[in-house]
Amino acid sequence: MIKAILIFNNHGKPRLSKFYQPYSEDTQQQIIRETFHLVSKRDENVCNFLEGGLLIGGSDNKLIYRHYATLYFVFCVDSSESELGILDLIQVFVETLDKCFENVCELDLIFHVDKVHNILAEMVMGGMVLETNMNEIVTQIDAQNKLEKSEPPVMEVHLQKSTLLERKRFLHL
Amino acid sequence: MEAVNLLSSNRYTEKQIGYLFISVLVNSNSELIRLINNAIKNDLASRNPTFMGLALHCIANVGSREMAEAFAGEIPKILVAGDTMDSVKQSAALCLLRLYRTSPDLVPMGDWTSRVVHLLNDQHLGVVTAATSLITTLAQKNPEEFKTSVSLAVSRLSRIVTSASTDLQDYTYYFVPAPWLSVKLLRLLQCYPPPEDPAVRGRLTECLETILNKAQEPPKSKKVQHSNAKNAVLFEAISLIIHHDSEPNLLVRACNQLGQFLQHRETNLRYLALESMCTLASSEFSHEAVKTHIETVINALKTERDVSVRQRAVDLLYAMCDRSNAQQIVAEMLSYLETADYSIREEIVLKVAILAEKYAVDYTWYVDTILNLIRIAGDYVSEEVWYRVIQIVINRDDVQGYAAKTVFEALQAPACHENLVKVGGYILGEFGNLIAGDPRSSPLIQFNLLHSKFHLCSVPTRALLLSTYIKFVNLFPEVKTTIQDVLRSDSQLKNADVELQQRAVEYLRLSTVASTDILATVLEEMPPFPERESSILAKLKKKKGPNTVTDLEEAKRERSADVNGGPEPAPASAASTPSPSADLLGLGAAPPAPAGPPPSSGGLLVDVFSDSPSAVAPLAPGSEDNFARFVCKNNGVLFENQLLQIGLKSEFRQNLGRMFIFYGNKTSTQFLNFTPTLICSDDLQTNLSLQTKPVDPTVDGGAQVQQIVNIECVCDFTEAPVLNIQFRYGGTFQNVSVKLPITLNKFFQPTEMASQDFFQRWKQLSSPQQEVQNIFKAKHPMDTEITKAKIIGFGSALLEDVDPNPANFVGAGIIHTKTTQIGCLLRLEPNLQAQMYRLTLRTSKETVSQRLCELLSEQF
Repeated sequence: MIKAILIFNNHGKPRLSKFYQPYSEDTQQQIIRETFHLVSKRDENVCNFLEGGLLIGGSDNKLIYRHYATLYFVFCVDSSESELGILDLIQVFVETLDKCFENVCELDLIFHVDKVHNILAEMVMGGMVLETNMNEIVTQIDAQNKLEKSEPPVMEVHLQKSTLLERKRFLHL
Repeated sequence: MEAVNLLSSNRYTEKQIGYLFISVLVNSNSELIRLINNAIKNDLASRNPTFMGLALHCIANVGSREMAEAFAGEIPKILVAGDTMDSVKQSAALCLLRLYRTSPDLVPMGDWTSRVVHLLNDQHLGVVTAATSLITTLAQKNPEEFKTSVSLAVSRLSRIVTSASTDLQDYTYYFVPAPWLSVKLLRLLQCYPPPEDPAVRGRLTECLETILNKAQEPPKSKKVQHSNAKNAVLFEAISLIIHHDSEPNLLVRACNQLGQFLQHRETNLRYLALESMCTLASSEFSHEAVKTHIETVINALKTERDVSVRQRAVDLLYAMCDRSNAQQIVAEMLSYLETADYSIREEIVLKVAILAEKYAVDYTWYVDTILNLIRIAGDYVSEEVWYRVIQIVINRDDVQGYAAKTVFEALQAPACHENLVKVGGYILGEFGNLIAGDPRSSPLIQFNLLHSKFHLCSVPTRALLLSTYIKFVNLFPEVKTTIQDVLRSDSQLKNADVELQQRAVEYLRLSTVASTDILATVLEEMPPFPERESSILAKLKKKKGPNTVTDLEEAKRERSADVNGGPEPAPASAASTPSPSADLLGLGAAPPAPAGPPPSSGGLLVDVFSDSPSAVAPLAPGSEDNFARFVCKNNGVLFENQLLQIGLKSEFRQNLGRMFIFYGNKTSTQFLNFTPTLICSDDLQTNLSLQTKPVDPTVDGGAQVQQIVNIECVCDFTEAPVLNIQFRYGGTFQNVSVKLPITLNKFFQPTEMASQDFFQRWKQLSSPQQEVQNIFKAKHPMDTEITKAKIIGFGSALLEDVDPNPANFVGAGIIHTKTTQIGCLLRLEPNLQAQMYRLTLRTSKETVSQRLCELLSEQF
């Protein structure tokens, strides 16, 4: 099963963390730090799998990650998952984000963290892969959005995307 | 609290935010759970698919025990209800899986299980994927209940694999049809042995072949996602092939495919190929094929930039090692060790040490290797490694002189590792005399050499060296005064460390007061260590978990035991003639055992010492083969799997016998409720009496327990008793049955007689019931010496110069039973051209002739 899904940027700032096993707040932070430490020191074009990560699982555990421009997507899984399968799943996740946000970038993850969680929830549930079909996921998300719009808004919050932060696409398809 | 209020809102947005908050921020032990549960319950009952979906997600994400208690009964109903929406079914399946993982005891098995299996046929592939995940986990725990899923999974898989890539529409991912589902289905199939139904089996083989074929096709897209998805399926197919381990053809193809990947430019594929090959190497069919890639793997070790890949390469080298390539592999690993990453050095050291020991033909090589190991990576050499080298040197006379010379030379280096000083100190203390004849390594020089290191070492090493010195006093009287001076010096006698001080005082005293004789006795050479499992192997197992040191390796170790000095226990009594054929028989493919239906129906079974009549496992596979091997020998390994090894040692005299059964726990975990039971059919019970005592019900990890069976042959018999072993390992119940090789011929006493006597008796036994003849094809090469050995091993005397035709074999003996003694004559006529034998047995009793003929026929 998938133990945790982490997204952080090149500087180790977590952008999304989702744990499918209960860990205390402190441990979660440590796991993110450890994972970043492990993943970030690896060269490009080495393999996308690595063992280790003492905090989650130990020897049965693998980190499967992909690096897109400024972001690392890391899935911590145990031996019951297919490595290449998970690698593809990361790709599907990113492509789905791209479809939902139209040219997704790091800022989208910051400002729409709820949506990202919803999309992830459509794909992975309790550590198991729920849906891998991109169209299906997008349909579900669209349906949710429609529902959301049909109801009167609770409160209006206008978030100005800062122009100081570079808007950099991290997906090159 | 606010979030919980949001849950009960009817507005989607609010409800969603509420759930999101809970699944992200609430951990499973919160007190709010009760309130949350209530809200979830309402939503589950709402029949609004979106709300149900949200509720199920929340259960799955929190997955606490309280939630399992509240909903474990509910969710299966939702899952199999006819009117549930697909997306809800999907969520329900995974939700149930999550609850099953956290608290398996709370999820009731029931009618729904069979309906879940049928979800594999569902129209909606998303539902199938989710259901497959669920079934895979459930099937691991309850294989029986989900057996029907195998054929469904195979047919589903074959539909996916053979479909044109556009058929599945949305589930085609970069031109690969439903890769995730294929992977899941292949995983599910790995929970089961190869399907028994030939049709299903054929279909599965076809699927696997198609998958392998597809790998050869040119890619339909240049995108890395396409090849990823394709290879994900391929790797899963290969691991299924390895798991089944039954189709040599597929195994070799898989191996070739992996070989191609080893040189692929994609690092991920190289990594996975190395990993899969590691498991492939442990299959007997493909071990040889894997070995052909050794150069590539060594190359990977040297040139690969990625430490994860190099680590896999080391693992694979370790797995593919056998006697033919051990020297090369060990040399490569040693040279890699010099540049290896610090994180994996210790593991490599252990592996080198194990391989060097396991496959050492020449022990000088072994000693060289280990000393090299200490030189290169002294810091990573654990205590176990150098203990082991000393054990081996002490147990093997032929290597002692060489070892002494080598360590002496190694110690000449100006800076040597402390571990080397330890090994050197110990070995020179024991065997320094063997090289003392050479003026370059005279006693004084040896002593000075060791003492020059003394001050640089830690306390335990110094203590060891002090013992070496006192041993020198005994070995070389000429350096006695020098050593006494050293012991007497203030730095020793007044050393701050109590242990060192005590040793110095005691040794000094001992060397002054004791006479030469007493010294010689006290300081005698160390006795050989008892053979035991290598402590290094135990350490590696502990490090890597019990499953990595695979079955095959154990088997290999077994085979190499003779060479490595594990003395085969010699047969003790005269009745069991030492059988030179035992090894040959053990190595060659064993012939199928004589017919004779094993007692299987419950009514016939008699439990000897357990009151509860529990179910008895069917005979373990290979048990018949093993049984046949024991017809002509008395000692050896009767049964072995990943957990348990059963060894036998037996002796027979006249109509009595005694069998020692050794149960070895190969794991590091205790066996509980360990109960071996001997089972005889009613018939057998009257003819053969067996007596034994129950053994201790717990067997510690790595330990061996012994059980003695006293045997009395009352009258001649044909069947063999069955040994049933039941125990708990971890949480699982294990049940193993093997046929115990107590056969009629064990009660043979050889009789020598002259040609004249033989033919006179042969004629006396001429009535048709007394003679049994069998003509059969040779199953083994027809070698005269082996045949002779087998006849002797069978128990009868081999009579030379009796038969006019020197090619024939003639034997005679008496079967002892409590009631009678039965004289037996046998004659074996080989026909080399036709590769046939004719075996004739004449005894005074028909059943005996029959049984002996059956038993012996199987041996050639």
